Amino acid sequence: MDLELDSISVDGIVDGISLSAGTGEVVGVVGPNGSGKSTTLRCVYRALKPSGGAVLLDGRDLLSLPLKESARRLAALTQDSHVEFDFTVAEVVAMGRLPHKGAFDRDTERDHDLVTDALRRVDAGHLAERSFLTLSGGERQRVLIARALVQEPDVLVLDEPTNHLDIRHQLDVLALVRGLGLTVLMVLHDLNLAAAYCDRVHVLDGGRVVAGGKPADVLTPDLVQAVFGVRAHLVQHPVSGVPQLLFEHPEVSP
Amino acid sequence: MTAVRVARTSPLVVLLVVVLAASVVAGVALGPVSIPFGRVVGFLQAAVTGGRIEAVDAGQYRIVWDIRLPRVLLAAVVGAGLSVVGVAIQAMVRNALADPYVLGISSGASVGAVAVATLGLFASLGIYAMSAAAFLSALGATALVYLAARTRAGLTPLRLVLTGTAMAYGFQALTLLLVFQAPHGEAARAAMFWLLGSLGGVTWGALPVAAAVVAVGTAYLLANARRLNGLSMGDETATTLGIDVVRMRRRLFVVTAGMTGVLVAVSGAVGFVGLMLPHLVRMVVGSDHRRVLVVAPLAGASFLIWVDVAARMVAPPEELPLGVITAALGVPCFVFLMRRRGYVFGGS
Repeated sequence: MDLELDSISVDGIVDGISLSAGTGEVVGVVGPNGSGKSTTLRCVYRALKPSGGAVLLDGRDLLSLPLKESARRLAALTQDSHVEFDFTVAEVVAMGRLPHKGAFDRDTERDHDLVTDALRRVDAGHLAERSFLTLSGGERQRVLIARALVQEPDVLVLDEPTNHLDIRHQLDVLALVRGLGLTVLMVLHDLNLAAAYCDRVHVLDGGRVVAGGKPADVLTPDLVQAVFGVRAHLVQHPVSGVPQLLFEHPEVSP
Repeated sequence: MTAVRVARTSPLVVLLVVVLAASVVAGVALGPVSIPFGRVVGFLQAAVTGGRIEAVDAGQYRIVWDIRLPRVLLAAVVGAGLSVVGVAIQAMVRNALADPYVLGISSGASVGAVAVATLGLFASLGIYAMSAAAFLSALGATALVYLAARTRAGLTPLRLVLTGTAMAYGFQALTLLLVFQAPHGEAARAAMFWLLGSLGGVTWGALPVAAAVVAVGTAYLLANARRLNGLSMGDETATTLGIDVVRMRRRLFVVTAGMTGVLVAVSGAVGFVGLMLPHLVRMVVGSDHRRVLVVAPLAGASFLIWVDVAARMVAPPEELPLGVITAALGVPCFVFLMRRRGYVFGGS
């Protein structure tokens, strides 16, 4: 299922953002702090109503659907991960069934199977009975991806899924996301991770899309200089061959 | 996994129903005039099936049927209601330390009730004057808190807690002013008693309304149990799970405020039940609201029956306010809860 943002605007923050993610494509959104990345994403997962524009899922207007219905097509990992109560991992993952359930529907055999399968897919089956609050950052992120999976969505939206993770867990989470086979739109801070794990990237600056395309075409030293004000040198990853950037602090540069 | 918990919950529910039935009988039997359990059961049977009572038993039958039973049943209803409201409010404002009184509604109700006790308002309503005044001022307080906390983005948890707390201080100041201005000590004492909660002087009149409100409110919350789980994960996450957070919180506010208003009107402001019981229940059955909302009312009902028994029995013929007993039980229990390993009290 393909996702298309058609000139999304939020007064004073983002102005006419248009970008897309084709079926099964992993698309990154990068840009400096305050460039409107998270705001754009919040419009997609409907935490924020844009003042203009449309979000289209296979050409259909997502924002006019009932919330429950859009939640069956599009799952999201947001930045608010504050959990007040002591839920088990299995309970947290089972919450992904919410959009498929009426008020008095009971959990079926299939619901349990979906939870078990999803936990196995993110390699967290052994955590099922643990308290969610006691998990490490990397484990939490994997469990939340499992929750998104039991939602059975076509599109997955992630807001900085690698935040606060060590490098090993960053790579694990992104490899996991890539392997899901879903249409993915995610905000990333790390340009090199974006270059390594995204099919395409969009660069936001000042609430507008300033570039979009294959990482190799978009993430150039010129663009980094223009958008981030940082000098960058392009190198090739010695093993995978993907373009990677080495940065230079402006004041340190000769 | 979840199946294990379900298997563990059903016997617990059966056990709690048995305990509740036993508590009702014990609550009726125990008091300054103790009545043997067998006779209590016999009287209740006779009352329900229309059997005959010997003339010599008429006095005891009156105590059982007219005085003790409505009081015990109301204790059960109030205990159940406060526990359920506590669970719902903690989820609604996403704060483990919230209780039914955090929204300022009970403090608002106190103003009305104390005004009746000290100024003699609504005298024409007789014994219902305090309840009527408490409920009306609870409604007023609800409206005030709602209007003050409301933003364009709906009711946010933090604003609700802050507004409720601030308003509660205002209402408490008014209440204290009324108590100090009281014409005689007896009025001040009546006001104090009401503030700490009491089921003394309860008749059958108050029971149907309170029971109906608690039953309907609990049913509504049970129907929303899955969504309360979602709401506990944060507003944005709840939205991505298909929950209209703004509308849900508004409805929860109305339901919990209405329930609190009615409960406070019939029993005064009994503290600690709505804070403690939800945590005790979560410790046993976990945080899934589909289990918590089934177990909490049963546990809360039995709990308050025994609290009321203690209130009658500790220093007869004087009765203690319920709040004194719940605090005496609640504070150590709460400290124990907080220090206990393995129960993660609130979020991180």
